[in-house]
Amino acid sequence: MIKTSTGAQYARVLGIGGYRASRVVTNDEICELIDSSDEWIRTRSGITERRFATEEETVQMMSVSAARKAIERSGVDPSEIGCVIVATVTHLHQTPAIAPIIATELGIPDAAAFDISAACAGFCYGVAMADSLVRGGQAKYVLAIGVERLSDLTNPRDRSTAFIFADGAGAAIVGPSETPAIGPVVWGSDGSQSSLIRQSESWTDYMDAADGERDRPTLAMEGNPVFKWAAYTVVKKAQEALELAGLAPEDLDVFVPHQANNRITDAMLRTLKLRDDVVVARDVIRQGNTSAASVPLALEALYEDGAVKSGQTALIIGFGGGLVYAGQVIELP
Amino acid sequence: MATTEEIRSQLAEIVNEVAGTPVDDVQQDKSFTDDLDVDSLSMVEIIYAAEEKFGVEIPDEESKNLKTVGDAVAYIERAQS
Repeated sequence: MIKTSTGAQYARVLGIGGYRASRVVTNDEICELIDSSDEWIRTRSGITERRFATEEETVQMMSVSAARKAIERSGVDPSEIGCVIVATVTHLHQTPAIAPIIATELGIPDAAAFDISAACAGFCYGVAMADSLVRGGQAKYVLAIGVERLSDLTNPRDRSTAFIFADGAGAAIVGPSETPAIGPVVWGSDGSQSSLIRQSESWTDYMDAADGERDRPTLAMEGNPVFKWAAYTVVKKAQEALELAGLAPEDLDVFVPHQANNRITDAMLRTLKLRDDVVVARDVIRQGNTSAASVPLALEALYEDGAVKSGQTALIIGFGGGLVYAGQVIELP
Repeated sequence: MATTEEIRSQLAEIVNEVAGTPVDDVQQDKSFTDDLDVDSLSMVEIIYAAEEKFGVEIPDEESKNLKTVGDAVAYIERAQS
């Protein structure tokens, strides 16, 4: 008879940390290369400025900085972290993954460590896996990181995307809990719409061309269909995540959707019918869209603003290229 | 079957809800973008709400051709018949 692992009855997020890339890039600076305006960008997205990484602010460096804060806030000894999951689409090095390198730099010995590619849903995918690993007894504590340097893959002359993307990292420690604190994840994908958010060409096609004159691949996006999908399909998944967690819309304290665009958040709120005093993350305004990093960065911002406190319920939901989505209710650490 | 005027009037309510445009301004000859200050994202919301309200499907490639309120009303009328 094979023995199986036994985990904690419940899991919870124990600490959250973020790292914002340091260079503030205004809408006016973005508009030096695209035919647009500060006002157009604000009304279409809510973004007033975003952060771009400097050369020193690598995927590894930003991840380690965010993770150190999450570890410290959780009070967990790094040696007890059994698994490190890094969600990113901008670690532009095929192998090795960045997770083992980050784990070692953090002083986490011999942890299972791997990268996942789930675009803007990456952090919520990571939290879902962390929850299952802890409850399944595969790791006592899990570090889930979302990190991007999207400026590396942004075409500064593409007026439909140049103003959106940004850089940063966010991290969470998930560990055992005596009470329920992470609801069931609602997640999924739709590959039939994979072309809506995509790398403009594959690395191999780019390398094969090798004429040295071609711009390297960047991210391309069909804004309106993505908006429609997020506002009307993903929002139903958000409602489902609330229901599965046993919460009515009026029970929810905090709503942290992926910080893609304030207009998506507005459209979701019209459907969700949450309480008037629900706290809604609007970090996209000053940070831009940092894909996998946006949810933990937005959460950290809410703590820093004094808008949320430990014990509140928050619905987090990520959605993006794939298409992929994942959302769950968590009790805030 | 809804009359042209009924469709226009219900569409006007949708435009009002999404973009805040006064209902009386939403007349047949008005351009969504030029006259009613409806941007592309609001248009996505209006189209979706219209699909739900009128039980029709308006594909993305069609929605690009709906420049005026009259265009949208005519499309919905055809789709319903």
